[in-house]
Amino acid sequence: MDIRIRGLAKDFGDFPALHGLDLDIRSGELLALLGPSGSGKTTLLRVLAGLEQPTEGRVFFGEEDASETPVRERRVGFVFQHYALFRHMTVADNIAFGLTCKPKSERPSGAEIKRRVEELLELVQLPTLAKRFPSQLSGGQRQRVALARALAVSPRVLFLDEPFGALDAQVRKDLRKWLRDIHDRTGTTTVFVTHDQDEALELADRVVVLNKGRIEQIGTPDEIYDAPASPFVFDFIGDASRIPVTVEHGRVAIGGTRLDLGVDALGAGPATLFMRPQHWRLGDRTGGLPATVVATRRHGTARRLDVTFDGGTSVEIDLAPEIGVSAGDRLTLAPTRWRIFFEDGRSIGGAHAEIGSEVRAVG
Amino acid sequence: MATDETFPLDPPRPRALPVPPPIGETAPARRILIGAAIGFLALVLALPLAGVFTEGLRKGLGAYLAAFADEDALAAIRLTLLVAAISVPANLVFGVAAAWAITRFSFPGKSALITLIDLPFSVSPVVSGLVFVLLFGANGLVGPWLAAHGLKVIFAVPGLVLATIFVTLPFVARELIPIMQAQGSADEEAALTLGADGWTIFRRVTLPNIKWGLLYGVLLCNARAMGEFGAVSVVSGHIRGLTNTMPLQVEILYNEYDFVGAFAMASVLAALALVTLVLETILEWRHGDELARSARH
Repeated sequence: MDIRIRGLAKDFGDFPALHGLDLDIRSGELLALLGPSGSGKTTLLRVLAGLEQPTEGRVFFGEEDASETPVRERRVGFVFQHYALFRHMTVADNIAFGLTCKPKSERPSGAEIKRRVEELLELVQLPTLAKRFPSQLSGGQRQRVALARALAVSPRVLFLDEPFGALDAQVRKDLRKWLRDIHDRTGTTTVFVTHDQDEALELADRVVVLNKGRIEQIGTPDEIYDAPASPFVFDFIGDASRIPVTVEHGRVAIGGTRLDLGVDALGAGPATLFMRPQHWRLGDRTGGLPATVVATRRHGTARRLDVTFDGGTSVEIDLAPEIGVSAGDRLTLAPTRWRIFFEDGRSIGGAHAEIGSEVRAVG
Repeated sequence: MATDETFPLDPPRPRALPVPPPIGETAPARRILIGAAIGFLALVLALPLAGVFTEGLRKGLGAYLAAFADEDALAAIRLTLLVAAISVPANLVFGVAAAWAITRFSFPGKSALITLIDLPFSVSPVVSGLVFVLLFGANGLVGPWLAAHGLKVIFAVPGLVLATIFVTLPFVARELIPIMQAQGSADEEAALTLGADGWTIFRRVTLPNIKWGLLYGVLLCNARAMGEFGAVSVVSGHIRGLTNTMPLQVEILYNEYDFVGAFAMASVLAALALVTLVLETILEWRHGDELARSARH
């Protein structure tokens, strides 16, 4: 089921939560809505599910205008962050709930419901827990049951609101893989909300980055990570350093040093160079930025250094741990991947220049 | 609970050096406080309660039971049960509806409604009774109209029911509002996305979620409905065998120096209170996590 969203806006009183969004969700894809808290991602999900009424705009399920369809008739599945399992029902009764709610004419027989519940328990890998109550399950198991319950009614679309937000790190990782697996097997169009960029990038086919009720970027995880469309996306996805620069004649001036990034078609004027810690290499004297190491610490598989350029700007960089550096050492650093966002005085957020994202050796 | 005992798993420790609990008082202070609390309870609660039963039984079991053979006494018991049987379900329905409205919707005047629900707690019951006399009495606002149509509210059962409903109105709603606020509406939303209609959601999701809190509220409501004196006294008119509830009957018997009769009747009310207390304790013990009162402890 593909979903088209046109001009969708939602206000809570005076507070605009969503500003006229357009978005196409493709049939069968696994889409992540990613953003910080207050970005409107959960509101968007709830509007799509019909749990909130949009202030303006339309939502189409395929060719059908679903804007006026009540939740009950939308045939969507919804999984809540805190599971929302019915605590007085067993796991099996929870999963069967949607089927038993159907009008008499559409309701499957008792035996058919039982068979379907068993099938779903198998799918979510909890075949032995049918008789348990939600309070007797772990968080991860509860969320599996919640998903099985949502899938029981064969929803046209599956919505998950921070599905792993209440779980600890290891369980979260396992469930990610498991959700991907279930999605691939059932082929249900799935939209999930998360504030965790790793989760979004690892799990989703496409990621929608939201900020303050607006879409900042829509793209594959690679596009989002390697070619962020705005300073916000660059900052929000992965670690980033912002370095104020001046661009002139295709050269970038950082403090007093000029770097030839070999870009001719750039605009001119003040701009911001965005760098990721892992996109630096040690340069030679002629083609890099002289810097002093302030501190070093272990960071995952890399050694992370706090360095200060001679111009005064501080950044974080990652080097291979084998390279022996310590505080006080002098280095020459050159960017391997970088991105510049211009500040156009007249527009908020600034215009940005598209720079090839290939890794370049520096001068 | 602070005690002098060390934890059983701790290595043996000299008894002379008890470790004071972090917010502990010295041992004498603790004893004085605990002693004062228990002593006070015994003086103002346990002793009078025991007194009710001993006074009732002073002239033997025969006289005690004879007090219930009296036609007026039986009428008072029947009337009390009738009033409770009408006002408790009425407040159950109102309480659920009000709690639902307050916790699930936002509407203008919501905080005013919450305050209004508490009004019967803050108004003296006598005043509550007088309000109904002013409204429905012979010289009241709607009294003459009612009289013209042959309807009697004041000095009759409808007045007793109205006054009791008024006085017991907050119990169910007050118990449910915090529970339903804490539970949020995710369960109902989940049921909604699964295709359940409003009645199904209420019956199969909401009601099971609030049932223990509801029972708790109903218990309190019932205890108050049967024991209410002030408001009921004003609207009753004290017509023996017709508009006297149990608490009013107790007063009449007492004023007539029929102590055995008065205390026998009072012992039934006291027993009701004890049963309520036991049921409450069981509820708190078994389902404390689903009750608003214990959650606030």
